[in-house]
Amino acid sequence: MGRCRNTPFMIPAIRVAGVSKCFGATRALDDVSLEIPRGEFFGLLGPNGAGKTTLISALAGLVRPDAGRLAVMGLDVQADYRSARRQLGVVPQELVFDPFFSVRETLRIQSGYFGIRDNDAWIDEILENLDLMPKADANMRTLSGGMKRRVLVAQALVHRPPVIVLDEPTAGVDVELRQTLWRFIRRLNADGHTIVLTTHYLEEAENFCTRIAMLKQGRIVALDSTRNLLRSFSAHALRFRLAGGRLPEPLASAAKEESGLWSLPFDRFDEVAPVLAALRDAGCVLEDLEIGKPDLEEVFVRVMNRAEAA
Amino acid sequence: MSGFSTLLYKEVLRFWKVAFQTVAAPVLTAMLYLLIFSHVLEEHVQVHGVAYSSFLVPGLVMMSVLQNAFANSSSSLIQSKVTGSIVFVLLPPISYPAFWAAYVGAAVIRGLCVGLGVLLVTLWFARLGFEAPAWILVFAILGGGILGTLGVIAGIWADKFDQLAAFQNFLIMPLTFLSGVFYSVHSLPPFWQQVSAWNPVFYMIDGFRYGFFGISDASPWKSLAVVGACFVTLSALTLALLRRGYKLRA
Repeated sequence: MGRCRNTPFMIPAIRVAGVSKCFGATRALDDVSLEIPRGEFFGLLGPNGAGKTTLISALAGLVRPDAGRLAVMGLDVQADYRSARRQLGVVPQELVFDPFFSVRETLRIQSGYFGIRDNDAWIDEILENLDLMPKADANMRTLSGGMKRRVLVAQALVHRPPVIVLDEPTAGVDVELRQTLWRFIRRLNADGHTIVLTTHYLEEAENFCTRIAMLKQGRIVALDSTRNLLRSFSAHALRFRLAGGRLPEPLASAAKEESGLWSLPFDRFDEVAPVLAALRDAGCVLEDLEIGKPDLEEVFVRVMNRAEAA
Repeated sequence: MSGFSTLLYKEVLRFWKVAFQTVAAPVLTAMLYLLIFSHVLEEHVQVHGVAYSSFLVPGLVMMSVLQNAFANSSSSLIQSKVTGSIVFVLLPPISYPAFWAAYVGAAVIRGLCVGLGVLLVTLWFARLGFEAPAWILVFAILGGGILGTLGVIAGIWADKFDQLAAFQNFLIMPLTFLSGVFYSVHSLPPFWQQVSAWNPVFYMIDGFRYGFFGISDASPWKSLAVVGACFVTLSALTLALLRRGYKLRA
């Protein structure tokens, strides 16, 4: 066991241990601990001001925690900051750019910051994969918002970091970019890169992330695999409208109604047939009928409400 | 290519891409100073036995070196802080001494480019000797280094452009204008001579001018000691600020 613990395979991509950070009276992070294994596609969710960006900034060395330690690929982000930063690529949330340079110049300069010269082959590959090649020699000022966002992603990847952090990478961008971006990110993940994603688009987190942490007011309020979270906090739902009849008890107590649409949660599909039989026996006439899947939005709302109550 | 050399290259490229504004414009300004002051004073004033326009040129060259060195590092930092693009420099593994050296190095290069431009243009209007070229180079580099370092401090400290403008207008401008660019301190009343003796920019200008004429208000060795001490002190302060992450890393 002792030997295994020291092998590189056992070192997680990211280790956050007891990290706290205050900005004045505001506690942005409150004793946050988590580990993200290598190769995982990890989601970091939470409402605005929950501490997601502070946590990412602490990982990137932009914020110094008041307490606790953070490591990327086993390298402490404070004590061994130069090695740790080589392992990490961060796509910032803000749409920032240097207006003096072209796209290619920007990427060459970013490569140089990491001590990489003659990086054009990899830069070309990134440009191709993000559909940026036609804009390679365009000045950053002339690009659309979506194109600038692609360049931000490209900048985070120029040094081939094993850990990639995407801080709301698809905020305010069109469908085409989202598809291009996710195709590329999924490929990188399949190649072994660890991906950490923060997003307000919960559908994206549900589709891509294998594990999710939810933050609220600087604390982790849920941390589990996406599947377990969906199982624990959400359920399938039978949704229907009635063209006639009244919903019998106990179904009426278990179901919710909104604008004439009834929603009845269930865990197993074999529960559906008895429900339909009960409706038929009660003389109900069904209009629309559909089976809804558990969704992360419902999980998110429930977790946040539970944290609020606690 | 290291982080230092890339950041230095990027900072030089940044001002070179807008050279009309960052190099040509200050050269024109210095030339206008020369034309106006030498037109008014040429026939009335001689300093250390040197014609006024000849005396004025090294002062103008050095003033341009200093002001542009300050402008380069301070404007680059405040601009990237305000726009948020500073993150591209903070995320990579660039050490804080490399960060300081790159910004100051680029500031010195811009100062020297402008200074050389001013010298070349003003040579048409004034006769200069080059008595001790090594002193010229040493004071130009050290002076540019000091103002480049001050620019780094101002750029890190300022959160808004008007704060930077205050630093420039209420500290840098008075220090450079009251440093003997346009006159010999010996022509001042005793009180103002005493005040000038506490202005480090006076020693930069005076030592630089010594390189041209072999004559100066203060000993060039004294000037070198003052300028060298200022450079070391300000550099140590800047490195301490960068190490702490002052206003760059929360």
